[in-house]
Amino acid sequence: MMGGRVTAQHPDKSGTADPPHDGPLLRVEGLVVDLPRPDGAAGDTVRVVDGVSFDVPAGTTVGLIGESGSGKTMTALSVIGLLPDHATTGGELVWRGKNLLRPDTDWRRVRGHQISMIFQDPLAALNPSITIGRQVGEILRRAGRPRAEVRHAVIDLLDRAGVPDPERRMNSYPHEFSGGLRQRAMIALALAGSPSLLLADEPTTALDVTVQARILRLLRSIQREQGLAMLLVTHDLRVVAHVADEVVVMYAGRVAERGPAGAVLRRPAHPYTRALAASVPAVRTKTALADPLPGSPATPANRPSGCAFHPRCPLARDRCKAEVPQAREVAPGRWSACHFAEEVFTP
Amino acid sequence: MVVRRLLIGVFVMWGAASVIFVIVRAAPGDPAAVFLGPDATKEQIARLTATLGLDKPLFEQYVRYLGDVLRLDFGESYRLGRPAMEAVFERLPATVDLTLTATAIAVVAGLALGLVAGSRPGGAVDRVVSAATIALQSFPTFWVGIMLVLTFALGLRLLPSAGVGTPAHLVLPAVTLAFPFTAIVARLTRSSVTESMREPYVQTARSKGLSERQVLLGHALRNSLIPVVTIVGLQMGALMGGAVIVENVFAWPGLGSLVVDAVANRDYAVVQAVTLLIAGIVMVLNIVADVLYIRLDPRIRTEARS
Repeated sequence: MMGGRVTAQHPDKSGTADPPHDGPLLRVEGLVVDLPRPDGAAGDTVRVVDGVSFDVPAGTTVGLIGESGSGKTMTALSVIGLLPDHATTGGELVWRGKNLLRPDTDWRRVRGHQISMIFQDPLAALNPSITIGRQVGEILRRAGRPRAEVRHAVIDLLDRAGVPDPERRMNSYPHEFSGGLRQRAMIALALAGSPSLLLADEPTTALDVTVQARILRLLRSIQREQGLAMLLVTHDLRVVAHVADEVVVMYAGRVAERGPAGAVLRRPAHPYTRALAASVPAVRTKTALADPLPGSPATPANRPSGCAFHPRCPLARDRCKAEVPQAREVAPGRWSACHFAEEVFTP
Repeated sequence: MVVRRLLIGVFVMWGAASVIFVIVRAAPGDPAAVFLGPDATKEQIARLTATLGLDKPLFEQYVRYLGDVLRLDFGESYRLGRPAMEAVFERLPATVDLTLTATAIAVVAGLALGLVAGSRPGGAVDRVVSAATIALQSFPTFWVGIMLVLTFALGLRLLPSAGVGTPAHLVLPAVTLAFPFTAIVARLTRSSVTESMREPYVQTARSKGLSERQVLLGHALRNSLIPVVTIVGLQMGALMGGAVIVENVFAWPGLGSLVVDAVANRDYAVVQAVTLLIAGIVMVLNIVADVLYIRLDPRIRTEARS
């Protein structure tokens, strides 16, 4: 096998060599995403992502966690420039020192080659009428690599993603693969352009529980071996606990809390994180019954005033209804957007 | 798969043969009387009727007719005085030229229009194409033909209005015949492409850094073609029916003018021969469309194999 060398020789790499920059690989700074209301009048928009900030340092895995409607997927899609039509953005996405949200961004050089994405449902995300091998190798073929070389690279990529007998299986179609194999093929596809950041949107949600753990382990090992950065979008706290170095907890389009994954899950600094952790059996509590989160999640379309979490929050008082809490550092590396973070967080 | 389709095809042919047998005989008018003209005596008519075998009971005629068809004997045309199928085959190439040209025009123009419209649904091109295709489909063929003749033959004097001889003679009838077909292909391609462009795999293709054109042609088009191929196959049969009208407008010497003459003169053998031939061609086209469909969609290919 050709190992990691295959991806290192990518011709596009020379053209997009890292410009010297300080700071993290990706800095999300006050990101705002507005979507048109589905059945609203023209100009009527919903702010699905509202001032989100966090960093993704090179080689680390950041877990982006939240319930549906928290804006986590929209945040990830904006990083690769694949937001739905008519979406408008604000703030900054600083990628290697350059803001991706500027109109002159050449997304075609970024996508696949620098930032790539793994989608939730691998069956839907793979083209049903093209063989796995062609789909995985497409980005290399389009970059003008010779056929034999692309073939070797595809076999190597599938092999590293844990697809057995890749020389034969590369000629299969997606429907001939099992769910887990499809997601492995999808991972191989995402790695083909040797990106530095991998976005994974609920990569295990559509899979069987037994397969989920294997795919997570694979992502973790590939991320470590290749020094990739990964932004892992999930609603599943256990996934974050297994894989992430850092975690960003989102609620109704805003960041509730962020910090090192283990610390945040063990000792939350936001009542929402605490409730979320308590609702998952055996992550935080040893009790047999988990406490479900009271109420239903706020959505960006009908976001409560002040702190969006206040209708469900046991600590809520008048200030929470009136004033949107700003994220502040409650301990080194620990950021919480709660007026009363100190009442939750015990250093 | 194909074997099963062929077996079904045999039944379809039998049905077509039976239906046309009944219809030509149910239509008013006596072949012998029509042929001999108004001055013929009762004895002359009776003699000719007996020669043609039309005095026998209907059921006996039917059984004999089916037997002949099975032996590929399609009877004599009493007017032309020669085997009916021979006359039909003489006219077939002209109709095939016409329908193939019309199909080529419709597929190329329809796919192009549908792709452009479907890649940007709701855009300016899409709205123009959608309006135009509705118009194309609603105009009756004979009217479109006459309008094209008025404009391009009589007005601009660019093209011959009728007859055969040069490729230029083919243009107006083929375009006329292609009009509604183009509209069907364009509308179907448009909706199919629009649907494909919303699929998650299109998002995956974009995430590889492909251009919109590469996404459209490399990923969406292939899956969009699957329903289009089926419709083209089915519609080519209908096109041969449409050719009958167009051929008469443009005095095109194909099956259309032959069958109109034959119906007018109660030439049963010719009508039956034309019908069976067209039914056979439609059947073959449908099987071809099915095979192509399987080739294009690997999911069905797997099912068909197992």
